[in-house]
Amino acid sequence: MKRGPAVLTGVHFFNGDVACAEGALAAGCRFFAGYPITPATEIAERMAERLPEIGGTFIQMEDEIASLSAVLGASWAGVKAMTATSGPGFSLMMENLGFGYMTETPCVIVNVQRGGPSTGLPTLVGQGDMMQARWGSHGDYETIVLAPSSAQEMFDLTIAAFNLSEKYRLPVLLLSDAVIGHITERVVIPAEEEIPIVNRKKFAGPREAYLPYLPDEDLVPPMVAAGEGYRVYITGLTHDERGYPSTSPEVQERLVRRLVEKIRRNARDIIRMEERGVEDAEVVLVAYGISARVAYRAMELARAAGRRVGWLRLITVWPFPEERIRDLATRVRAFIVPELNLGQIVREVERCAAGRARTIPVLRPGGAVHDPREILAIIEETFHD
Amino acid sequence: MTEAQHPLDHLLRADRLPHIWCPGCGIGIAMRCLVLALEELGRPLDRVVVVSGIGCSARVAGYVRLDGFHTTHGRAIPFATGLKLANPDLTVIVFSGDGDLAAIGGNHLIHAARRNLDLTVICVNNFIYGMTGGQFGPTTPLAARSTTTPYGNFEPPFNLPALVAASGAVYVARWTVFHVRRLIAAFQEAIAKKGFSFVEVLSPCPTGYLRRNKLGEALEMMRYFKAQSEIRHGADPAEAGIEMGGKLILGKFVDIERPTYQERMRKQLAMFFIEPYAEKVREEIEAEEVES
Amino acid sequence: MSRWEVKIAGFGGQGIILAGYLLGKAAAVYDRRHATMVQSYGPEARGSACASQVIIADEPIYYPYVTEPDVLIAMSQEAYMKFAAEVKPGGLLLIERDLVALDTGRSDFVRSGVRLHALSATKIAEELGHRIVANIVMLGFLCALAPIVSPSGMKEALRSSLPKSAIELNLLAFETGYERGLQVGYNLAGNPS
Repeated sequence: MKRGPAVLTGVHFFNGDVACAEGALAAGCRFFAGYPITPATEIAERMAERLPEIGGTFIQMEDEIASLSAVLGASWAGVKAMTATSGPGFSLMMENLGFGYMTETPCVIVNVQRGGPSTGLPTLVGQGDMMQARWGSHGDYETIVLAPSSAQEMFDLTIAAFNLSEKYRLPVLLLSDAVIGHITERVVIPAEEEIPIVNRKKFAGPREAYLPYLPDEDLVPPMVAAGEGYRVYITGLTHDERGYPSTSPEVQERLVRRLVEKIRRNARDIIRMEERGVEDAEVVLVAYGISARVAYRAMELARAAGRRVGWLRLITVWPFPEERIRDLATRVRAFIVPELNLGQIVREVERCAAGRARTIPVLRPGGAVHDPREILAIIEETFHD
Repeated sequence: MTEAQHPLDHLLRADRLPHIWCPGCGIGIAMRCLVLALEELGRPLDRVVVVSGIGCSARVAGYVRLDGFHTTHGRAIPFATGLKLANPDLTVIVFSGDGDLAAIGGNHLIHAARRNLDLTVICVNNFIYGMTGGQFGPTTPLAARSTTTPYGNFEPPFNLPALVAASGAVYVARWTVFHVRRLIAAFQEAIAKKGFSFVEVLSPCPTGYLRRNKLGEALEMMRYFKAQSEIRHGADPAEAGIEMGGKLILGKFVDIERPTYQERMRKQLAMFFIEPYAEKVREEIEAEEVES
Repeated sequence: MSRWEVKIAGFGGQGIILAGYLLGKAAAVYDRRHATMVQSYGPEARGSACASQVIIADEPIYYPYVTEPDVLIAMSQEAYMKFAAEVKPGGLLLIERDLVALDTGRSDFVRSGVRLHALSATKIAEELGHRIVANIVMLGFLCALAPIVSPSGMKEALRSSLPKSAIELNLLAFETGYERGLQVGYNLAGNPS
């Protein structure tokens, strides 16, 4: 067998998990460490098959903690790296996730969400890890979380996740769900040269001049890899610009503020969403992942009945598109938020609406998606109030 | 420059002094042995990486003037796994303590040995959790007192050389910080060894272990290391368990050949892919032929 | 018709998911249309209730679930009992003749205007060489009875998805099912009911 292509340009019929793996390869990922878990296993299986074809490395680790550790190590060797898991494994990754934010290590973590808590519903859909993705590791930090809604987006947003992680030097999370991981759809993979790729900013100056945590104007410090002669010291302890540990409150202030600010200040560059019919809407459905597709049907049904209903799909969930929701809250009557948890992202919508528009949750704890008619009934209620 | 230079300044981060270790602690000796070993070994130091977890011994990664990664508690080995696999040209040394490597990180330890990944693991065993103030750990001898075994320890400890040997390590040795020259030689052998090598370094913790067990100052422990040590190269590591105040079996227990993780991977994949695996395998075979 | 909603149901081991996959692939990759497939099956790998839902359309598909199928392929009694009543008036209901008894004791079970066709797909597959291709016989049957995907696209999907050693038998199964479908179509054309 000859070496396979890294980018499978063409039209495919892929499930979301396979599309995600292909997106990673197209983004330049050459290292995958993982542990089998439903419904994310197909990502590992695809990587196990494909990475050797293109000279990359696949390793199945002893658990999810080790998987993320190995990914972080590979990233410091200068290689784009990814792991994929579901709720229970995601929980195990929380400590090293924090290490990734603290040490500003680019990598991508995919969570194909299933119903929880605990072992929950291994084969069935859930969206219960949205807040864990934001707040799961201890301490203060900001993160980037993307939520794909189709197999095509499992491909596209995995590339976006790598690009954002390289640009802002942090772990980026792809929060998918069991339906989007397993849905099989047309996936169009463009020609290699048409796929925009971002690589981490590297430091190229002399060894003496390098301070591993001295940021540029964009608040992101240029990176080097182990073995390049810079003799870096990288620690999860609070550290100064040299990377040296410090117990000074001033150093803590400077470091943690920067970790947070580098994302907040660039929120406009990071946030993406898709909107339909929002311009004239009295009520806007806000949803993400598979729930956004169900909500779309509800909107179609409501529009057919003459209701002015809009649809806002979150592609970036974190940082949350506060500005947009605040803006809409001044001119719509209500937001309706269907999600497969008992109230997570709806709290953000409510916070941003700040009483200027009603926020109505439509919640299920996972196991099955909503019936569009169930959402339609809530829409109708808002028009009768 | 008029400032006096320490002969090891190029290998140590003098700007990070003073270090955090207590007077009488043996970790500094082990660190010095490591840098001396590296200096003599002649490997390009820019390609040597030290990875650690959490604890007193783990601070070594930040005192050596090499690429150093001070990772999360117990996870030095999987982090090192990622580094090594993503860049096989690196010499990757894990330097950490017994609690970090054998308790919270114990599962990673045995799996890395099983895979025979080309890593060197240096485990400073001071029989106690030092940084958190003297709690018992997976190597604390029976009956020993600690802040969490105030009535004496009743959990049997791990015999680390036996554990890693049984798991597949190709090089296993144990020395103490008293045996400085032996330790340097062992570090050199372990680093030069292809595959998973493991050196256990017995070391005094005057603050967390000796004081509470009325074992005297660090010097007493060094005397104990000298008086009670028995060097038995090739001894069955299973017979090298440690009891409080008992004899210490030291030496090189295991030094065998077994294909490394990457050798096996390349060989397996070469059956399916011509490049890059078959070429690498051919290079390896040719290199072996030249050597023999 | 620009939009087709298809449900294929039976039990695990009948190749229900594969049939849905092949149908969707033929539409998405070879007919260059939008297609989506979701699957549902019980916890056991074999023998439990199993269904795949395929939607084929010219425009992007948002809601991927089939509530009122244009086509139902029922490969088991359970599948028939569970889903037959959902089929749209004017829709197509294809059943595995030897595994589904139509007499359910209820006359209103299937909605009026639904075209029902039965085929001994498993028996035909056995005669061709292996019962495992009963799903493909059924797909051939479907392709002849409804312009849902092009037969050439279907055959391409078979060729590109199956192991080399299995392609010949599967193509034969498809052709056989397709011919049976044409015969039905011919009969229908000749004897309008």
